[in-house]
Amino acid sequence: MNGLRRRFLAPAALVMGLLFLTPLVIILVYSLLMRGTYGGVSSEWTIENYTRLADPLYLIILLRTFGMAGAATLGCVVFGFPLALFISRAGARKNLYLQLVILPFWTSFLVRTYAWMFLLRDTGLINSALKALGIIHEPLPLLYNNAAVFVGLVYGYLPFVVLPLYATLERLDKTLLEASADLGAKPGETLIRVVIPLCSSGLRAAALLVFIPCLGAYLTPDLLGGSKTVMVGNLIQNQFTTARDWPFGSAVSLVLMAIVMLMLMVIIRRGGKELI
Amino acid sequence: MKRGLALYASAAYAFLHLPLLILGVFSFNSARFTLWQGFSLTWYRAAFQDPQLAEAAWNSIVIAVAATVFSTIIGTLCAYGLWKRDAKWLSGSLYLSLVTPEVVMGISLLAFFQWIFRYLHVQLGMYTVILAHVAFSISYVVIVVLARLRTFDVSLEEAAMDLGATEWGAFREVTLPVLAPGIAAAALLAFTTSFDDYVITSMVAGVDSETLPMVIYAMARRGANPVVNSISTLIVVALGLLIVGSERLQKR
Repeated sequence: MNGLRRRFLAPAALVMGLLFLTPLVIILVYSLLMRGTYGGVSSEWTIENYTRLADPLYLIILLRTFGMAGAATLGCVVFGFPLALFISRAGARKNLYLQLVILPFWTSFLVRTYAWMFLLRDTGLINSALKALGIIHEPLPLLYNNAAVFVGLVYGYLPFVVLPLYATLERLDKTLLEASADLGAKPGETLIRVVIPLCSSGLRAAALLVFIPCLGAYLTPDLLGGSKTVMVGNLIQNQFTTARDWPFGSAVSLVLMAIVMLMLMVIIRRGGKELI
Repeated sequence: MKRGLALYASAAYAFLHLPLLILGVFSFNSARFTLWQGFSLTWYRAAFQDPQLAEAAWNSIVIAVAATVFSTIIGTLCAYGLWKRDAKWLSGSLYLSLVTPEVVMGISLLAFFQWIFRYLHVQLGMYTVILAHVAFSISYVVIVVLARLRTFDVSLEEAAMDLGATEWGAFREVTLPVLAPGIAAAALLAFTTSFDDYVITSMVAGVDSETLPMVIYAMARRGANPVVNSISTLIVVALGLLIVGSERLQKR
């Protein structure tokens, strides 16, 4: 039995080793090399690519990424919790409501981001409608700012919190809620003093599940943000394209990976493993 | 409180679905600008007559089909191999690939291909995109197939072998048919993620391998173009149908 199953692992091990781990090792090496004259890498070793991240220019991008990911996570949790609560109490139509949350999540991320460009840009639906109604004369600057990126991220990752929160709420011991009501608590009180504390580990895990992809977000800030909303993902991409500084881009990538792995370890420690 | 929650939920569902619905409705608008003028199929006709879009759509389909075939086979075998067993390095790297930001995966693959190309005289092209897509789809396939395997009764396989089947025979005749719906669901999932990917693809694509998401991205960047609305609507409908199909299969 074991012989066959062991051999079945070989192709995947080959692909993951060659196309996932080796590339990571290569950027690890690149991150420790100097930049070459024509954009490649030279053969001199340095740690300068890492120390450069302390430059205020880049530090601000790191901080902004954390701020934006934190805000989007908070937004997702605050908007997602009541939705999960609603679904968990929907009775027979639970599955339908759950599907309605998942469905847009699986249709093209690019198209979903574009849909917001269509709504928000100067010639977009909102500005056109407001203009036609005579409410404004000049288009409102709705796109290419922090708010647009925030909306795009919340829209993109809301299902990431609704699903685990729904799972947590489903497992909740209903007798505790009845006990709370029997002891005279109003529904709102039960929610704040019983339901939310009981969900706290689920809430934390769900928050990290959104925070991680938001930290590495690229497409959303790229399409909905402007030059003032550059996030780490855009910084990395830029180093490999226009800036042609592969060693620095590699270093930033690895720092981002390290942060993501750290977060993941926190989730696993906190016992949220079944959510992954 | 109950009514408040229902009211909130309808607002939340509007937020989740209205952007795409509005885009879909306006893809049938006859005007170039974003005010409703009347029903027309102009932008669909324009999309179908654009040779660049046709070529990109063809590339996307070829890449997605190839990546799906490879990642489904490799991922299914891997899930079976990992089932009820620890292979720390492999499952660790599969999970890691799942949380690796797309942009990091894209640039590391680009660096890897460029490094290989120093020794082989080849260029980025369709096959580098396919390889990249296989790399990021395997973990999805493994997760979906493993979920199916967890509901599978091992004793069936043992019974087959007691009755004289070889290991391979038991896998092929007993386990594989039971896994079939899960494998089909995994394949559909791999197809949609491959078909939709922009970030990694744009890093490892060559001149001959522009995909549909790359064209849409470029068009969206250039400014308002109603053709993007129509092609986006087509993609959403097609991928949506595939995903609903996949969900159905997973539940069977």
